[in-house]
Amino acid sequence: MEPQLSWYLALSAVLFTIGVTGVIIKRNIIAMFMCIELMLNAVNLTFVAFASFFQDVTGQLFVFIVMTVAAAEAAVGLGIIIAIFRNRESLDVDDASILKL
Amino acid sequence: METNILSLIIFAPLAGAAINWFVGRRVRNERFIGVVACGSIAVSTLVAFYLAFKTDGALRSETPLLDHIWTWLQVGSLHADFALGMDRLSGTYALFVTFVGLLIHVFAVGYMHGDTGFYRFFAFLNLFMFSMLTLVLADNFVLMFVGWEGVGLCSYLLIGYYIDRKEAGDAAKKAFITNRIGDWGFVLGIMLTFFVTGSVSFFANPAAGAATQTALSYFKNQPVDPFTAGAIFAGGATSIAVLLFIGAVGKSAQIPLYVWLPDAMAGPTPVSALIHAATMVTAGVYMIVRCSEIFIHAPTAMFIVAIIGAATALFAATIGLAQNDIKKVLAYSTISQLGYMFLACGVGAFIAAIFHVITHAFFKALLFLGSGSVIHGMHHEQDMRRMGGLKKYMPITFATMLTGWLAISGVPIFAGFFSKDEILWRTWSAPPFSLPSTAFSKFLWAIGALTALLTAVYMTRMMVMTFWGSERFRESPAVHEKPDVHHGPVEPHESPWIMTVPLIVLAVLSTIGGFIGIPYALSAAFTDRNVNVIEHTLEPVVAKIETTPAHATDSSEEIAAERLLAGLSVSVGLLGIGIGWYAFQKRPLLAMPRLLENKYYVDEVYDTALIHPIEAGSREGLWKIIDVGVIDGLLHSIGEVVTEFGRLARHLQAGFVRGYAAIILVGALILIGLFAYLGFPVMTP
Repeated sequence: MEPQLSWYLALSAVLFTIGVTGVIIKRNIIAMFMCIELMLNAVNLTFVAFASFFQDVTGQLFVFIVMTVAAAEAAVGLGIIIAIFRNRESLDVDDASILKL
Repeated sequence: METNILSLIIFAPLAGAAINWFVGRRVRNERFIGVVACGSIAVSTLVAFYLAFKTDGALRSETPLLDHIWTWLQVGSLHADFALGMDRLSGTYALFVTFVGLLIHVFAVGYMHGDTGFYRFFAFLNLFMFSMLTLVLADNFVLMFVGWEGVGLCSYLLIGYYIDRKEAGDAAKKAFITNRIGDWGFVLGIMLTFFVTGSVSFFANPAAGAATQTALSYFKNQPVDPFTAGAIFAGGATSIAVLLFIGAVGKSAQIPLYVWLPDAMAGPTPVSALIHAATMVTAGVYMIVRCSEIFIHAPTAMFIVAIIGAATALFAATIGLAQNDIKKVLAYSTISQLGYMFLACGVGAFIAAIFHVITHAFFKALLFLGSGSVIHGMHHEQDMRRMGGLKKYMPITFATMLTGWLAISGVPIFAGFFSKDEILWRTWSAPPFSLPSTAFSKFLWAIGALTALLTAVYMTRMMVMTFWGSERFRESPAVHEKPDVHHGPVEPHESPWIMTVPLIVLAVLSTIGGFIGIPYALSAAFTDRNVNVIEHTLEPVVAKIETTPAHATDSSEEIAAERLLAGLSVSVGLLGIGIGWYAFQKRPLLAMPRLLENKYYVDEVYDTALIHPIEAGSREGLWKIIDVGVIDGLLHSIGEVVTEFGRLARHLQAGFVRGYAAIILVGALILIGLFAYLGFPVMTP
């Protein structure tokens, strides 16, 4: 049985939803960060699937851009996480709330 | 190609101004600055004379010289270019403006010697020449307005030239603000002209065919407006003419906007001579004569012009009787003579008005420069009560001012006689076109004659107080209290040649300048040829009132009447000199009525009736209610609204990171939902 486009899209949707859910319910900042990466890769999967389906290379190009941005984001994000951890010895996001009202 | 040097007339002074401003301020060499300033005007003068008198030059051909320098405003049907036009009228003006301007520049080099702002003075003076010549040579109303404002600006700068004196700054502001009132009328007049005629040009553009309609030629085929007060508000020729006249009233210092001119004497004397006597203040006359085609379709407006002119002539002459400052006397005399010119315009004698402008430029520039020479020789003393007996010390100044005095008093042969007599005759014989009845023209003539009498009296008083009688400058201790007197007791001295030579040239012109306009009635006694050059020259470009055949000139009764009137005005002038001599020769310090000395308290009346209410209204109403209450209140309430909104919105910021993520999710879902609901617009390349 040939893999259909809808399979890829369904997988991507499932991954994305897991990512979103993870970002909202997880307290550990590393876990949240990984969930965000999961969402980005779900989108990447969609791009690649469509690129293959439409025989259009644009989608693949976009994937490169997304990966570049994700790499940059990982660098900055991990830097921030380390800084936070050094300051308060905790990775719980709910603790990092001194900017609140 | 030939006409392209026309632009040299205006750009040479501009270049002179720029050089003096940027280079002269560094060089600070009076010789360099003086040569640049006078040289640039000399170039203008030479070009103006060449273009006017060459074969088929501006004064010798029917078609104006045109020079399109650049395209300036092209909006819809409005075509206003930076273009010059030199016809017989603007050519005549350009000639005497450049020539008198050149003489005054030369004089000023001597007068301003040693002044710290030498470069600044000449830069402004050259800039003024540029503006004035732009005004005169402009080929449309809009460019004319540029020159009009330019001379206003230069007048402001030069009146306030002595920046360390408060009264000079105040006078400059007064001149500028008073002129704004007139400019308001002028701008509205230009707009209405464009609205009515669809053009702002003076000259038909040959490139677009000679048949193009201009702002002036439009009126040729129009019926004459009715002679009623209602015509002023009808939006036709009369409305335009009245609005333009408001502009002229401001610039040419007529009632009720004349108050700036006497105060303008706070500027250096060459400025008073150039701007406030010879050239700029006659711009109003030029504008009216340029628009004579409009005015002869607006009898009501001409009536107003005549009334204002006659009233100003008499009013200013009476004030001039009682002034003690030598420059103030001449200032009021200028206002009075300008009144004459407007009287001439009002009765349709446009050529006589221009003629008087020219002779007035000669003799008034002479008198002002002469007074400058006196002030220079007296070490900046202007009060005639502290002069007297100067003819022994300043023989050249005395001799030249003598001709100016005889010219303005209307003694025959001298220039003022011909032009003044021409105006009086034209007033007397004015057709009942712009006047309610012929009797009214006799009334205006009587005012004119009375003014001529007063003119002779106060000019005689001025001459007597300055040059004859006892030498009062030694006995007055007040002089030495003045801080700017640089050497001990005042010993008057004659001015250097650079100041006396312009005086001599102007004296010659004041003597013979009137011969360009000898009326036929006088020349007929000697020759059959009509030798009235100025009338020949200007006739084709100045509109004339359609007279009925009954008013044909040059009939023998007319000539007899004109000769009789000429004799009358001579005797009036001589009588005035006699009265002045008799009254002031023995008692030069004779006290004059306080009402006159205080200028009818007009400044005080304006202060109480206009300036104080405006100040109070601005302070109590505009500042305390409108500014503090409304504008500040509005701004403060906008700020408060924003603050309140922020106070509410900051509750969203709970410090709960996963909450923010949820909000983003909800937002994204709403967007996706919108797309799903409304459909996704497919973009096609």
